Amino acid sequence: MSPESSRSRLARYAAPVIIGVAVLALWQALVVAYDVPKYIVPSPLAVAQTLVADWALLGRSLAVTLRMTLIAFAVAVVLGTLIAFVFVQSRWLEASLFPYAVLLQVTPIVAIAPLVIIWVENVEVALTICAVIVAIFPIISNTTLGLRAVDPGLADLFRMHRASRLQTLVRLRVPSAAPYFFGGLRISSGLALIGVVVAEFVAGTGGHAAGLAYQILLAGFQLNIPRLFAALVLITLTGVALFLAMVWLARLALGRWHESELAR
Amino acid sequence: MDSEAARLARAPAQHAEGAPVIELAAVEKTYPSGTRALAPIDLAIRGREFVTLLGPSGCGKSTLLRLAAGLDAPSAGRLRWWGQGFEAVGRPGQHLAMVFQQATLMPWARVAANVRLPLDLARVARPAADRAVAAALELVGLAPFAASYPRELSGGMQMRVSIARAFVTDPDLLLMDEPFGALDEITRAKLDADLAALWGTRALTVAFVTHSIYEAVFLSTRVVVLSARPGRVVAEVAIGEPFPRTDAFRLSQRFAAFCAELGGLLASAAEA
Repeated sequence: MSPESSRSRLARYAAPVIIGVAVLALWQALVVAYDVPKYIVPSPLAVAQTLVADWALLGRSLAVTLRMTLIAFAVAVVLGTLIAFVFVQSRWLEASLFPYAVLLQVTPIVAIAPLVIIWVENVEVALTICAVIVAIFPIISNTTLGLRAVDPGLADLFRMHRASRLQTLVRLRVPSAAPYFFGGLRISSGLALIGVVVAEFVAGTGGHAAGLAYQILLAGFQLNIPRLFAALVLITLTGVALFLAMVWLARLALGRWHESELAR
Repeated sequence: MDSEAARLARAPAQHAEGAPVIELAAVEKTYPSGTRALAPIDLAIRGREFVTLLGPSGCGKSTLLRLAAGLDAPSAGRLRWWGQGFEAVGRPGQHLAMVFQQATLMPWARVAANVRLPLDLARVARPAADRAVAAALELVGLAPFAASYPRELSGGMQMRVSIARAFVTDPDLLLMDEPFGALDEITRAKLDADLAALWGTRALTVAFVTHSIYEAVFLSTRVVVLSARPGRVVAEVAIGEPFPRTDAFRLSQRFAAFCAELGGLLASAAEA
């Protein structure tokens, strides 16, 4: 490895870490220096202590949020991909259905969530449905775009060799769509988490199936700000973990051939 | 490819023979936008001919080739392949292959898989297909790169993969649409020489599109000069030079004379 590339790797990984540590240190210093009460802004250390102390409660909520997020994400991916495949079967079908997919996308989930929660008895199922509604659009639009983004030269080649519809789909359209699909996954995974959290805020129900959003809501009412921050940290970490998992997946699938995944 | 050239040196010179492989009768093409790409064109290409369509940019050369490949239908007139309709293409001894302006490779597939594509689409059994792929890659000198991805190859090598893909079906009619237009002059001369050698070794008919006079003279048995859009045939020049053709031909008086003649025709074609 050349010195330049190892230096650039260092910059890529070390620089954000240094920034993060510096901000946390400054935060800690300011809170201590100005003696800010922890029910207004807790210090990073206080948040960390709370995270450990309340782990029984927060860990359970994390599991609930994570489960709903993953189920919603999986449903969005499967359903969204199927819808995209239906869309590309005919322009006519896409033209008549796509506006409704957009409709779903532009309507704020906060506005739909109360209805879904009323209609669906099981709260966890209701929240998952809300998250699916939020997360499905990038999958539909990206996969549709990808399935259509076929090199016209290759399309000609397939046509010249009298490829069947199925051969064209499997050997040409699906691989062409892969980079778009993985781009969609990246956006959608984050949206699934956001969908679950927002919907739970609206639902506001607790009990044993309480997710992280409920802990934030409750901690706010109780002015337990360190716990609010701790729950917030867990949500953020979950989002980052999902994003990194998608990046890794894309690299695994596209690594050798696609520009977006080549080592820079 | 050198051994092939040596074998060729002993082979007798080829001549056009037999019934037309492809025949255009009063073929016209007008696009929906109203652009008239081709004026009525009559053209017949016989077996074992290497015919180059030479013309100014936008004269409908590529359009003509797309019609010949069955990718577009003519607005008027009739095309015949081996004396029959397009459905005859693909029967034994009537295979057609095309090489495009770009290499047009699947970026997600390795070189071997790219070359194998036409066989896969025709559902050729894997062992036979793999043998044909190995032979085709050998032909273009890319056997060591079978497991590479297209983006790991240079432009010239990608084009050779594209040519291997065309040869893997052992075509009887090969359509080439300015295949080396995007390459540098040295690579282009090399690939021209390789193509001329390849053509000599098999019972292959080639329709080749280019706007390079030098390429046309070096490769062809016959050059068809097309006018500016809408394209029509303004002249035909037979290049009666024996094969194999080498760099010695490029440097000869005869080469220069052919180029001068075609240059004059092309200039008048562009004005017409």
